[in-house]
Amino acid sequence: MTRFMINGRSVVTTVEDDTPLLWVIRDDIGLTGTKFGCGIGMCGACTVHVGGRATRSCITPVASVEGADVTTIEGLDPASNHPLQQAWRDLQVPQCGYCQSGQIMQAAAMLKDFPAPSDAEIDAVMTGNLCRCMTYVRIRAAIKQAVRKTAAPMAEPQA
Amino acid sequence: MLRRFVIVLVAVVVLATVGFGVFAWRPSIARIPRPPATSFAPALVAKGAVLASAGYCASCHTTRGGQPYAGGYAMKTQFGTIYSTNITPDPKTGIGNWSERAFERAMRHGVRRDGAHLFPAFPYDHFSKLTDADVTAIYAYVMTRPAVVAREESATIPFPLNIRALQAGWKLLFFRPGRFVPDAKQSADWNRGAYLAEGLSHCGACHTPRGSLGAEKHDQAYAGAPIDGWIAPSLTSTNAAPVPWSHDELVAYLSTGVSQFHGTAAGPMGAVARGLSKLPPADIAAIATHFASGNGSAGQGGKADAALRKAMASNGVGMGLQYAPAARLYAGACASCHYNGKTLNSLRPDLALNSAVSMDDPTNLIQVILHGVSAEDGAPGVVMPGFAGFSDADIARLAAWLRATRTDKPAWTDLQNKVAAVRAQGEGE
Repeated sequence: MTRFMINGRSVVTTVEDDTPLLWVIRDDIGLTGTKFGCGIGMCGACTVHVGGRATRSCITPVASVEGADVTTIEGLDPASNHPLQQAWRDLQVPQCGYCQSGQIMQAAAMLKDFPAPSDAEIDAVMTGNLCRCMTYVRIRAAIKQAVRKTAAPMAEPQA
Repeated sequence: MLRRFVIVLVAVVVLATVGFGVFAWRPSIARIPRPPATSFAPALVAKGAVLASAGYCASCHTTRGGQPYAGGYAMKTQFGTIYSTNITPDPKTGIGNWSERAFERAMRHGVRRDGAHLFPAFPYDHFSKLTDADVTAIYAYVMTRPAVVAREESATIPFPLNIRALQAGWKLLFFRPGRFVPDAKQSADWNRGAYLAEGLSHCGACHTPRGSLGAEKHDQAYAGAPIDGWIAPSLTSTNAAPVPWSHDELVAYLSTGVSQFHGTAAGPMGAVARGLSKLPPADIAAIATHFASGNGSAGQGGKADAALRKAMASNGVGMGLQYAPAARLYAGACASCHYNGKTLNSLRPDLALNSAVSMDDPTNLIQVILHGVSAEDGAPGVVMPGFAGFSDADIARLAAWLRATRTDKPAWTDLQNKVAAVRAQGEGE
């Protein structure tokens, strides 16, 4: 039995300890925004936050999140209006869209550690999130736009 | 002539057996009615709770998902599997009718209430050093836990090692009971740390190598040793970490499970950091004082600075377009969490500083790659997933590449077979 929080609510699961967290999120809890890609932690489609850190849920045994706070794309922002989600819409980042919730979750976690990431930092942290439609250029542009929009009110000169 | 020789021989054997029996015999201590929980002062119970935490009683006396202190946890030793006992106050299957005197004898002398010798998997050789007051508090704490009915599982120790009386021989060879004796040349703080480290928190039980009969080799105290499929690193100046373990880093690691310069507490150490974190800050600082004084970290600031500069410089290695398979694995699987850029972030454990990458033995690095770190262990609430889906060859490749690009230590040998061996062994409980 494993207890943890998901998007602010408490859940208890009785599946086997080594069941991947991704299966619990999708099949038992019913949140299907998080996607299954490679199943070995090499594509990033299943990225969620555990304790605020980007985590590949397909290779995370559910028992290891006992007591932890898990956030999925559905819980990133109550109105789906996180600065990254706004930028993603503005720039029409997705093509097929399958990898995009993982991309956004990875980018959101990255911005906590690198509030104004350079191209090299974006590449280093986001390389593990693959996109077969090759939307990489728009992903990078959207991250930078989100950073600009978030920083803008503080950057404006005080009148 | 022969007849006389046989008679003498038989007499000697009989006398020796009887003599050993007398020597090994311990009296049973009378049962008492289970003391009501209200008979223990709440302050004493609270003190016992902290001590039980810092002695990790629950780590061995609780199975995963089981009732606290109900026992049944399997300890795989070189001699067979031993199961921990039920130390809840259930009168039939636990220690409910043990008097404090019986509890004290078990803690300090490794003898059960009924007089049977305990196996030294129970670290009574360390608990022997405890003060009377601490034993009393721990007794008050365990006797006020909810009673759980849970029968002891039988150990798989083969005959004749399973004869408990023979443990008296082991004790004769290796066990010297006695309270902690402070070192007059050291500060009160150092001695407090030594008391906790050598007694209650029994650091040497994992970090000191053991001989063929399972006794700690006191002349190699804290030199590092294998434990439960992991390696407990050296706590002396032979520790391989690039940044020496200073007092402050020991305090951070032991109280939060995270040292920004060394990594997080994983494997069997996870429970240790959790257990110690309940101690008052002054006690954790005292343990740090004790170990920092013996590991040569004083005055090593220059070495730490150089290691940090080198680590920051190596962060970019493997970034950008890569063709080497190991570098591509790193970029895809590791960098999203471990890449640090220009500043160190303790939640992005830097692999150039991480103890597991610098140790002589790759076991801990392989364990962490294969099985990850749970939210409970390491940095609290944060998970490293397990990459068991990678082949042995890929994990070996990754480990070799990290060793080559993040340290100046000699390459590990026979890595792929070691990965296979660690995988076969499993994660341990």
